[in-house]
Amino acid sequence: MADGIPGLTLVHPLEGRRDALAAASVGTLLSLDLEAPVAAVDLRVDPDGSGPAAVGAAVGAALPARPDTWTALPSGLALRLGPDEWLLTSTTADPQDWEFHVDETASAHGGMAVDVSAQRTSVRVRGTAARDLLAFGCSLDLRPAAFPRGRCAQTLLGQAAVVLVAYDVDDLALIVRSSFAGYVADWLVDAAAEFQP
Amino acid sequence: MQLIACPWCGPREETEFSYGGQAHVPYPEHPASLTDEQWAHFVFFRDNPKGPFAERWAHASGCRRWFTAVRDTRTHKFLEEVPR
Repeated sequence: MADGIPGLTLVHPLEGRRDALAAASVGTLLSLDLEAPVAAVDLRVDPDGSGPAAVGAAVGAALPARPDTWTALPSGLALRLGPDEWLLTSTTADPQDWEFHVDETASAHGGMAVDVSAQRTSVRVRGTAARDLLAFGCSLDLRPAAFPRGRCAQTLLGQAAVVLVAYDVDDLALIVRSSFAGYVADWLVDAAAEFQP
Repeated sequence: MQLIACPWCGPREETEFSYGGQAHVPYPEHPASLTDEQWAHFVFFRDNPKGPFAERWAHASGCRRWFTAVRDTRTHKFLEEVPR
């Protein structure tokens, strides 16, 4: 992602909690890391029309067809948030360019895309205890068989609305609103105390 | 805590949902022609059955979509969830 406005430095919303999250990590059992900010757009388009296929062709990979799943884009993710709603991220595109690129195609098919890059931030939760940690505050069935790679879900972690993304058995990401990120980070640090040796 | 089956997301915890009152309350065809009493009935008066009740629910912390559910008010058991 580009550096944005000249003279201003992009700072992760959880920069102040980076050390606390690192300190709460426990070897191979649990690691909590901040993910670099990405360009993100919220895509709304009729799922039964030609829009999803056209946008998929424009971004380089088919959009997820099933509820609560994600697919990998050439440099990012496509998460299905609702019947007619997707979140498309890109680690390489400039946010304005990414919005323009997706919206150009979506609007031709009666949909629209809005830049929400600053709306959410992300924490990567890895390790053999990752799912146990999240299960302390999440009512979803997070066992690997029920929440395998390719699944994502909008749900509650503690009191905060988050998007859970399953990359692998012991590799998940939490996408959370920037304004709730501090709460979620504090919650993670507190819950991770369980696994401290 | 009981699970509610969101038509889109599947079974989720009740705390993720918000309640929207009675379903199938039609907006008056000619609102301007209603008396104050008729308008009050449209705005404030709702059925309160003992038994199955069609209600609006929103999956507020999930897909944020509204759906209609039939709930038994005696047992709080959800009998049916339908999209829109």
